[in-house]
Amino acid sequence: MSKKANRRGFLALGALGTLGSCAKKAEKPPSDLGPGSRAVGAPSPHEKLERIFNSPTPATGSSRTPLQSLHGVITPASLHFERHHAGVPAIDPEKHELLVHGLVERELIFSVAELKRLPSVSRVYFVECAGNSGSEWRSPAPSVQRSHGLASCSEWTGVLLKTVLEEAGLKPDARWIIAEGGDACLMARSVPVSKCLDDAMIAYAQNGEAIRPEQGYPIRLVLPGWEGNMQIKWLRRLHATPDAMHSREETSHYTDLLADGKARQFTFELDAKSVITRPSGEQQLAGKGFHEISGLAWSGRGLITKVEISTDAGKTWQAAELQEPRHAKAFTRFRLPWSWDGAEVTIQSRATDETGYVQPTREELTAARGENSLYHYNGIKVWRIDATGKVYVA
Amino acid sequence: MLKRVLMAAAATCVVWAADRKFQVGRTASPAEVSARDYSVGADGTGLPAGSGTAQTGKPLYTARCAECHGEQLQGDDKRGYPALAGGKGSIATPKPVKTVGSFWPYAPGVFDYIRRAMPYDNPHTLKNAEVYAITAYVLAVNGIIGEAEPMNEKTLPRVKMPNRDGFTGDTRQQKGRKPGL
Repeated sequence: MSKKANRRGFLALGALGTLGSCAKKAEKPPSDLGPGSRAVGAPSPHEKLERIFNSPTPATGSSRTPLQSLHGVITPASLHFERHHAGVPAIDPEKHELLVHGLVERELIFSVAELKRLPSVSRVYFVECAGNSGSEWRSPAPSVQRSHGLASCSEWTGVLLKTVLEEAGLKPDARWIIAEGGDACLMARSVPVSKCLDDAMIAYAQNGEAIRPEQGYPIRLVLPGWEGNMQIKWLRRLHATPDAMHSREETSHYTDLLADGKARQFTFELDAKSVITRPSGEQQLAGKGFHEISGLAWSGRGLITKVEISTDAGKTWQAAELQEPRHAKAFTRFRLPWSWDGAEVTIQSRATDETGYVQPTREELTAARGENSLYHYNGIKVWRIDATGKVYVA
Repeated sequence: MLKRVLMAAAATCVVWAADRKFQVGRTASPAEVSARDYSVGADGTGLPAGSGTAQTGKPLYTARCAECHGEQLQGDDKRGYPALAGGKGSIATPKPVKTVGSFWPYAPGVFDYIRRAMPYDNPHTLKNAEVYAITAYVLAVNGIIGEAEPMNEKTLPRVKMPNRDGFTGDTRQQKGRKPGL
């Protein structure tokens, strides 16, 4: 704090003190000058939000966003979920390069600084791990952080992938782009050219600052609405090819095994989904009377057009208010005023997207796919509130 | 045919081969491309020179892979390391065990993944011939190839994996579908 500011603060406090004594208040007015200047801010020490981890293998695994404690639609970068398969590389952006090669007119190498020279866009999108809510296929998890915490939403800034591919000159027989990361496992996924020329981005910023290392610093692929694993972090190579690669991550993993033993491959879009984040599992209602039911809805196929809430075990549904502006392929916050009468009750939400698709119940989903799919679970999540106000998974 | 080629070429010129709009980025040399190109296709495209058999692969597996994946390729569930063999007949049951033998559709993918990511704690330290040998060993333990069969850029793509036909595309209906399909 500058000397001038200190002086101004002192004078203001003096004025307040005078007023306070006139009113003969018993309470002492605020007088805390705080800890002083901080070049980089941090949450109040009273706020203890944390991601949770569960991985037996060192350096791989995942951490989950505390959705139950967040507001609005943007996830703070420090709480964005993580899923990585071979650690988080420490990359020097001065040395990092992106190679574009294969079925292109010109094989090119871009530095990070060169990518930042190209025309930029900023767009709000969710990223969701294809394995988010994987627990729900067999044994629904007790809290929303555990069941849905592998999804987050950010404003991403970068260059459209189309811009970079046009600079290289994509040849007509290029049907797929193999994207590869600079992590220790060289994570690689094949992306159809149509997506690459549509809304795909090479992002270098997240919520206004450089992408965090865990999210792919210095550059990552953003494929709006598609499974998170394809949105290659630490992007280092784009290979234009006639065919998909059929890499381990698009055969052995990230395929959806059905009950008959056949596995669906290349299921890219994440279908419409919603979950009530408050009240949600492991929370405690303060008492009878007014509570706001609030949560998040999203669809990999576009805008959320409706979220309905049932407080009578799915017999009747009423529309929640959707927070505006809504963004396609982004979190949409929904809210519904509600009065709890103190009796045991279940609450659940159901999303509809702009294609007319309606989020299925768990029973409908498992009837269609069995319980072996692991990925792409988007069934309705039901919470049970007991007479003491404690919230459980139903 | 020639007409179609010319039409395609003309379309290319209009849509794609226009001069670089921004002149940003530098030309990659063939050496830079080959040094960074790790792509191996399902049909074997991109497989490098080199060769190995299960016999030469066994001691390599023991030294470099067994600590995590087990001497019998059985994996270690508690530590999160997957089994590489077994699971035959389990894929359509309530407890599917997905391994190279029971689930993987393409043999070149095994080479690709080992070269790309393994050993987990020390990747990119195996020579291509060693990767071929370990690939051959994993395939042989699964009963897919014989112990003396050399695996290389020509033979590996010809290996028929047991679950080759176990995959479909995205069969979710795109319009008018019922929930959950």
